[in-house]
Amino acid sequence: MAAILKAENLRVEFRSREAAQGTKVALRGLNLEVNAGEVFGYLGPNGAGKTTTMNVLLGFVQPTSGAASLFGIDVRQPIARQRIGYLPELTYYYKFLSAEELLRFYSTLFGLSRLEADRRIDELLKLVELEHARKRPIRTYSKGMQQRAGLAQALINNPDLLVLDEPTSGLDPLGRMKVRQIIQRLKGEGKTVFFSSHELGEVETVCDRVGIIHQGELKVVGPISEIRQPRHANLEQAFLEIIGFETQSAS
Amino acid sequence: MKTILAVAGVVIKELYRRKDFYVLFIVTMLICLIMASVRIFNDDKIIRYLKELCLLLVWVSSLVIAITTTARQIPAERENRTLLPLLAKPVTRTQLLLGKFLGCWLACGIALVCFYLFFGALAASREHQWPLLNYFQAASLHWFMLGIVIAMVLLGSLVFAAPSSNSTICFVVVGGILLLGRHLDSVALTLPEPVRSVFLIIYYSIPHLEFFDVRDLIIHDWPLIHWGYYGLALIYGIGYMVVFLTGASLVFRRQSVN
Repeated sequence: MAAILKAENLRVEFRSREAAQGTKVALRGLNLEVNAGEVFGYLGPNGAGKTTTMNVLLGFVQPTSGAASLFGIDVRQPIARQRIGYLPELTYYYKFLSAEELLRFYSTLFGLSRLEADRRIDELLKLVELEHARKRPIRTYSKGMQQRAGLAQALINNPDLLVLDEPTSGLDPLGRMKVRQIIQRLKGEGKTVFFSSHELGEVETVCDRVGIIHQGELKVVGPISEIRQPRHANLEQAFLEIIGFETQSAS
Repeated sequence: MKTILAVAGVVIKELYRRKDFYVLFIVTMLICLIMASVRIFNDDKIIRYLKELCLLLVWVSSLVIAITTTARQIPAERENRTLLPLLAKPVTRTQLLLGKFLGCWLACGIALVCFYLFFGALAASREHQWPLLNYFQAASLHWFMLGIVIAMVLLGSLVFAAPSSNSTICFVVVGGILLLGRHLDSVALTLPEPVRSVFLIIYYSIPHLEFFDVRDLIIHDWPLIHWGYYGLALIYGIGYMVVFLTGASLVFRRQSVN
């Protein structure tokens, strides 16, 4: 299978504002490939480098060294983002717009025709179950509704690759289930999904492969069946062992 | 261009769906109405004096709208994290900046049309004449001045993290230029070197916003500015807008968006 998302030897250093703290290394020579049609779960504790990886892949942060590409195009080129959808963590969309207006705005950025945009907006609002609230300003939405509006904006261009940064963060069980169902539906449609999450049960349910990152280093990549060995009761146990939690506790 | 217009459209929607513009417009309108209703000795000079005060109010209100609206654009996108899904689309940072600039500028243009129409109607009701071309020149030069201010504030919003500090600095700079800009060269001549050179460099590098202040065309019914000079002033304004927007684009390109 062809890799549509590729990171080669990525290193990202942030210079601390306080001189005494020097530089902080967020990614240390990260190599990662995500193949077409797979759902890839990107796991790691807080501050491990998950969001930084996504930020580099989307061109928000310049890597100190290394390269990253989407569909074979350097991520620094805006055209590389033509076929992707992105849902950031905890975003508060324009409160004065309705979901319909928000989606229309984003559809214009992709150059969708009026007719095509109308069709996509209807489809997506139905998919994320926001049809009843399409004309209401986003400021009146619950958190779950805002997250679903975010998911709809990520899908407006019918992307081949979907990048989701903790899509279920802060949602109640019902909201989480709805997002999971949408991811599974996208998987059924043959879309590639690259997402980070702390919900390991959810990752086990929907992912084909996972990668575990810790302190800026990719510790392991592979199918869940390979990562979860017979001695592990579940993915959580394997995850904790890989990030060295047991070792740390013992010492 | 579609991208820039789409971003600008959201800025305009934001302005007319927020209450601050209406509050400012209504306050300006009320003060102008009260002043226009005052009849003191039925003296023409007093009417001119009132016109001057009303126009000053329009200028201050338009500057408040321009600076406060522009100063919050990029910081609000960062704070609400809407910058991330926006830049994850095939949109360059320069397009985003141009969209924000155009949106703020057009929004201020709409506000100016409202202010000048209201002021014109009010003045015409007292003077029974409406010199349309004078109004056109005064309002369009005013709008171009706001364009320079908006471009400057946009650059400031990328340099200063807090919109409040950016707004304050911009108010001081714009106020300083409008009140003192034209006198800097005369002051420079009275100073010893090297302070004189510093003052002269400042004088020749700042945008002279006072060139765009032609309120006297309306207040004293002065003859129209020669269209050639009018055109030159517009080109001068566009030049400074380009300089500030290029600076903003260069700064924004180097910044991390996270």
